[in-house]
Amino acid sequence: MTAPAIADSSDFEALTLGLGGEIFAIDASIVHEILDLVSVTEVPGAREFVGGLINVRGKVVPVADLRLKFGMERTPPTLDTRVVVVEIDLEGETTVVGLLADKVFEVTEIGRASIENTPDIGMKWRAEFIKGIGKRGTDFIVIPDIVRLFTID
Amino acid sequence: MAAGADPTQAFREEASDLLAELETALLSLEEAPDDRDLLDTAFRALHTIKGSGAMFGFEAAAGFTHHLENAFDMVRRGVIAPNSALIGVALAARDHIRTLIEAPDQADQALGERLLAQVAALTGEDGGGPALSSANRERAAPSAAMTTWRFRFRLALDAMAMGTNPLRLLDEIRELGECTISCLTEGVPPLEEIDPCGCYLAWDVVLTTDQPETAIEDVFIFVRDSMELTIDRVTDLDPRLGEILSQRGDVDPATIEDIAARQPKLGELLVQDGALSEERLHSALAEQKHLRAEGAAAKAASPAATSSIRVAAERLDDLMDQVGELVIAQARLKQLIATSDDLQIKAIAEEIERLANGLRETTMGIRMLPIGSLFGRFRRLVRDLSRDLEKEVHLTTDGEETELDKTVIERLNDPLVHIVRNSLDHGLEPVEERMRAGKPPQGRIHLSARHAGTQVQISIRDDGRGLDRSRIRAKAEEQDLIPPGAKLSDAELFQLIFHPGFSTAKSVTSLSGRGVGMDVVKRTIDSLRGTIEVSSIPGQGTDIVLSLPLTLAIIDGLLVRVGRGRFVMPLSAVEECVELPNGDERHNGRNFLNIRDELVPFIRLREMFGTTSPPDPYQKVVIISAGERRIGLVVDQVLGDHQTVIKSLSKLHTDVASFSGATILGDGTVALILDTAHLVASGQGLDQQRSAS
Repeated sequence: MTAPAIADSSDFEALTLGLGGEIFAIDASIVHEILDLVSVTEVPGAREFVGGLINVRGKVVPVADLRLKFGMERTPPTLDTRVVVVEIDLEGETTVVGLLADKVFEVTEIGRASIENTPDIGMKWRAEFIKGIGKRGTDFIVIPDIVRLFTID
Repeated sequence: MAAGADPTQAFREEASDLLAELETALLSLEEAPDDRDLLDTAFRALHTIKGSGAMFGFEAAAGFTHHLENAFDMVRRGVIAPNSALIGVALAARDHIRTLIEAPDQADQALGERLLAQVAALTGEDGGGPALSSANRERAAPSAAMTTWRFRFRLALDAMAMGTNPLRLLDEIRELGECTISCLTEGVPPLEEIDPCGCYLAWDVVLTTDQPETAIEDVFIFVRDSMELTIDRVTDLDPRLGEILSQRGDVDPATIEDIAARQPKLGELLVQDGALSEERLHSALAEQKHLRAEGAAAKAASPAATSSIRVAAERLDDLMDQVGELVIAQARLKQLIATSDDLQIKAIAEEIERLANGLRETTMGIRMLPIGSLFGRFRRLVRDLSRDLEKEVHLTTDGEETELDKTVIERLNDPLVHIVRNSLDHGLEPVEERMRAGKPPQGRIHLSARHAGTQVQISIRDDGRGLDRSRIRAKAEEQDLIPPGAKLSDAELFQLIFHPGFSTAKSVTSLSGRGVGMDVVKRTIDSLRGTIEVSSIPGQGTDIVLSLPLTLAIIDGLLVRVGRGRFVMPLSAVEECVELPNGDERHNGRNFLNIRDELVPFIRLREMFGTTSPPDPYQKVVIISAGERRIGLVVDQVLGDHQTVIKSLSKLHTDVASFSGATILGDGTVALILDTAHLVASGQGLDQQRSAS
């Protein structure tokens, strides 16, 4: 299923990860597991954003590089690079996808109160990909809309 | 499921799935009335229940469902809203449909009529029209199956005094259909006791009609309360006299047997007449006794001879998954062992390879079924439909022995029903039209299946009027599927008929014409990784060919390397491997290879995949074929054979046409499986360039 809507009043558990210098938060309930980077098989002719496949316990899973959706530089993998395996609902079909992350931080509670709606203007990213911007201390946390990232080109 | 399995049982199972689907959809629709997909699901379920129901002889269920389907069609068109009142009635109606299918004799007819009245009320004044007219159409067409009824009635003694004319009643009965009426005079008293105005007679009627039981009751509607009437349905159309008498309750069965036993036997009569010696009679009787005993023994033994068990499909799938994992593990072992010098371990590894292959073959074999089990269902469909449509149709089949994965066979049922139904309804012309066109009056539908490389091709061919190109085009333009005047090839134009909601049928019949059929076909075939090709010649017929992969599980593959990537192609599609001749690289600027005096086009996979790493000095060409066509694929290295467990690609990669799936190699990395049929087709483009030049 899709991540619960932000409208709900309670706090939610999120996995925070680093991507191109920003902190992103993904609803922890859709995360299956976090893997060290294994060898990625390139799919010729596929969209660059979902250009690879990996083996997750005998299942073939596509790998997506969210950086391309946010106009960030593609950097070579480091020791910290991880694959966050999530399960999402794409047009009625449950799909398991690996998300590349430069670094995975922690699972944390994010207070609803601290989340602001996406400002319509003054953002460097496309607003439909963002559910909201949260704040932790002095850091901003981007809460992406995972399903839209995969369904809107 | 054996080839001889009861098709109505198959329908019951299918219907129970569809009814479950319908229920879920209805319940979800109540919460999300705007969800188009749910609405379509509900509508499609009703449509299929109606169609398949009529095909397997569940007329009552099909007729009832028709009304509900009409209501949902109005919802689809936005005429009425799917409010909770409608959903409530629909759910009750769903339960009634289930009773009509699973226990037709327990169905409460009054309940059915009440539900239909509620549906009609909800569809409103607008709904009254279409619902009524469709009901009339059904009544007018001699569509329902003929049933034979036996009934006996005796009017009240004062019936004639009350103004009833028995002769009128008899005339009305005669109008219902073919009937035999006998009058029973046993109730007439002696002359001195007779009341000249009394009605002492009773009548036995045997009536064969397409009308329901209620039509008979309607005849007696004004006298029903005061009369005796018993109605029975006759199922055995070649009964013995004794059976008829006992069923009527005129004589009890024991008496009949008793009388029958007193009859002289044929043998005894012959001996008495001197036509046969007693000795020979005994000999013949001995033979009869022997044969009967044999027959009984064979009957008793036959269940054991074809001993089989039913296994839940999920367990079979689990088994297949585990065999798949085993094959992958075995491949890893093989790769590891290649570097070892230990002969003992090598021997064990070979043993395990042999066992794994055997297990794989057996497991695959369990899942394979001859397609004949599917074709068998269509005889009844074609027979019944042709009668309903008053068309003469002859169904022929071949390739029944072609084996296919059971999952594929099961999922092929719906698409084939839709295609065959369309052929009969729209494709084949009525008898007079065929005669005018100089064709034999009897239309033909041919179902065939055959293996073609790694695929099975199923063809549904009719010799009807063919697809109407201009009507498809007009309809597509009207629905904004194509811009007006767009240039389309026949193949592209015909693909439009698989678009959701597309139907060129001029009227909605009980069979087809709502445009839901063909998109189901397309969707199912897509999900099986198959393709549909339509060809049609005006006035001569239409041929629809479904190409499906042989199995969804494991194949023998050939592993090749292109740059750093490794790819698998189905070994059954591979014809040979040759080295790419150096000077021949660009034959007149185009990619052709001379294989034993035949020009074969080739594709450089490095170019196709945009590989940047330096090429190997000696490039190899793998020649693959699909059907009649061949093409060469240039690779860097041929690595060898590989047991390939097919994993499908996710939704995110549906846009990638060159690959039909992926697999996991011995070292745990993922390799892509080349879609050879697609590559051969793109090689065809090269071929056309050559002929053009």
